[in-house]
Amino acid sequence: MGRSAAETVARLAGVAAVHAPEGAVAARVGGPMEAIGAPAPAIRLEGVNAGYGDIVALEDVNLEIPVGALVAVVGPNGGGKSTLLKLIAGVLKPWSGSVEVLGAPAGREAHRVAYVPQAELVDWAFPVNVWTVVMMGRYPRLGPLRQPGHADREAVEGALERVGMLDRARSPIGALSGGQRRRAFLARAMAAEVDLYLLDEPVTGVDIPTQEAIMTLLTAEAERGKAVVATTHDLAAAARHFRSIVALNRAVVASGPADLVTNTDLLARTYGAHLLMLGDRIGILDDSHHHDAPTGPSERHFHEDQPEGRS
Amino acid sequence: MSLILEPLAYSFFDRALVASAIVGLVCATVGSYMVLRGLAFMGDALSHSAFPGVVVAYMLKGSFYIGASVAAVGTALAIGWVTRQGKIKSDTAIGVLFAGMFALGVFLFSLIPNYVGDLFGFLFGDVLGIGISDLISLAVLGVLVLSTVALLWKELLYATFDPLGAAASGLPVGRLDYLLLALIALTIVISLQAVGIILVVAMLVTPAATAQLLSKSFGRLILIASSIGVVCPIVGLYGSFWLNSASGATVVLIESAVFFAVLATMTVIERLGSRTARATP
Repeated sequence: MGRSAAETVARLAGVAAVHAPEGAVAARVGGPMEAIGAPAPAIRLEGVNAGYGDIVALEDVNLEIPVGALVAVVGPNGGGKSTLLKLIAGVLKPWSGSVEVLGAPAGREAHRVAYVPQAELVDWAFPVNVWTVVMMGRYPRLGPLRQPGHADREAVEGALERVGMLDRARSPIGALSGGQRRRAFLARAMAAEVDLYLLDEPVTGVDIPTQEAIMTLLTAEAERGKAVVATTHDLAAAARHFRSIVALNRAVVASGPADLVTNTDLLARTYGAHLLMLGDRIGILDDSHHHDAPTGPSERHFHEDQPEGRS
Repeated sequence: MSLILEPLAYSFFDRALVASAIVGLVCATVGSYMVLRGLAFMGDALSHSAFPGVVVAYMLKGSFYIGASVAAVGTALAIGWVTRQGKIKSDTAIGVLFAGMFALGVFLFSLIPNYVGDLFGFLFGDVLGIGISDLISLAVLGVLVLSTVALLWKELLYATFDPLGAAASGLPVGRLDYLLLALIALTIVISLQAVGIILVVAMLVTPAATAQLLSKSFGRLILIASSIGVVCPIVGLYGSFWLNSASGATVVLIESAVFFAVLATMTVIERLGSRTARATP
């Protein structure tokens, strides 16, 4: 597909591209503006259509996310945020279009990718302690024949130290608070020593100090040249903590610097009827409890403190 | 003492004891993954769908291990495949396939003209009748299943706990799912002679369920489940010897009794704990 001249100008000028919903244009997100011939982006989606069964979740998505980006994916429920993460993770195949991750088709460089699922998709009654959960981050690089060794234990310990959970290493995950659970999963991602973090609602429903702590860690990872992509419901948090955003509502509505979320026109187009404007105050009528409708055949859904729940 | 030593004088009892202990261990280990993955109903389905394989093997005078394995593993893979198509839910797929397979077994069974007492043994278990060659087959298959789990325990654990995270980091979650189904099917085949088609699901589910009440870590879960899995069949076998009761049913009753005893104890302890907490503000 052709890129419009206007959009190219926008890219070169470092101006955020706000797209008309029907316009099929590539969005480049975050990071310093590279000259032509810059290194391959961490993530590149071209003409991607995806969904579940007969239901369309994303239409004609074109997106580039550079190395070192710290991106918040925002949008209403059912807007395709989780779907986008699954496409990048390679666990969902697009109907059409291409998804390139770390220079290869999605899923090929899986050992360099860590995925932190939404809290609701985790069975918190599962008999497993924090140490084992974080060690899981090491399993893919170990392979079936090798057992965790000294280096793996050190990586797990280091990751737990960084998230401030070393003293809870032996606690069952069910005994942790919501914020501690999120930190334990972040430690698993860090122990895996990856180049790309994909996090589904990492700061939803956690207290402010934990939110700050998680975001400080993710910012540091982005500064080390890792790419961080996180979905969030919290627009204020997106503006405050992330460098850039992608606004999704079945298609990329806008992408650019994080302060775009203060653009009411953009919000109106992203959230549509979910948006409530009272004078200069904006509210989003969107349940932070998040169901991305059909989530594939074998996906189980757990409510915290209600482990038997099934969607 | 003679209560324990006397039965050991009979070689059929010794064989039954070894067979039951192996079956209990394999069932408890595979059952732990099965319960955590939410596949208890699948266990019941696969045991029933082994039946036509057993009947066909009987009619052709072949090895029932092969017949049952083909039928159970085949059904397991078919259920996995139908579910992955995403058109119907997995419990629906299980319901359709297992009833159909069991009906096929009963249908073929009814075509056999003469009395077939042996086949009833597969429905309710007849571990005291196990021969040395069957015991060897059982042991070989048991070692095969246990060593597969020993080799892939971490991958199976990760894929069970967080399928999305495991798949994103490159584990072949789809293939691991099929492997777990195949392991469940093989475990059922091993257990058929000992406990029978109808009761095998209890051997798979009950020790793991009991262990789940008692453990907060995966290592402990497996340890407790396999201890229950080995001890209960031994106790049950002695019980059935002295009471002259059906061996499979006795073993399952003991496992169920242990489960309810643990559940009741835990409930009482919890009640007492919360009362003490309220009493000391």
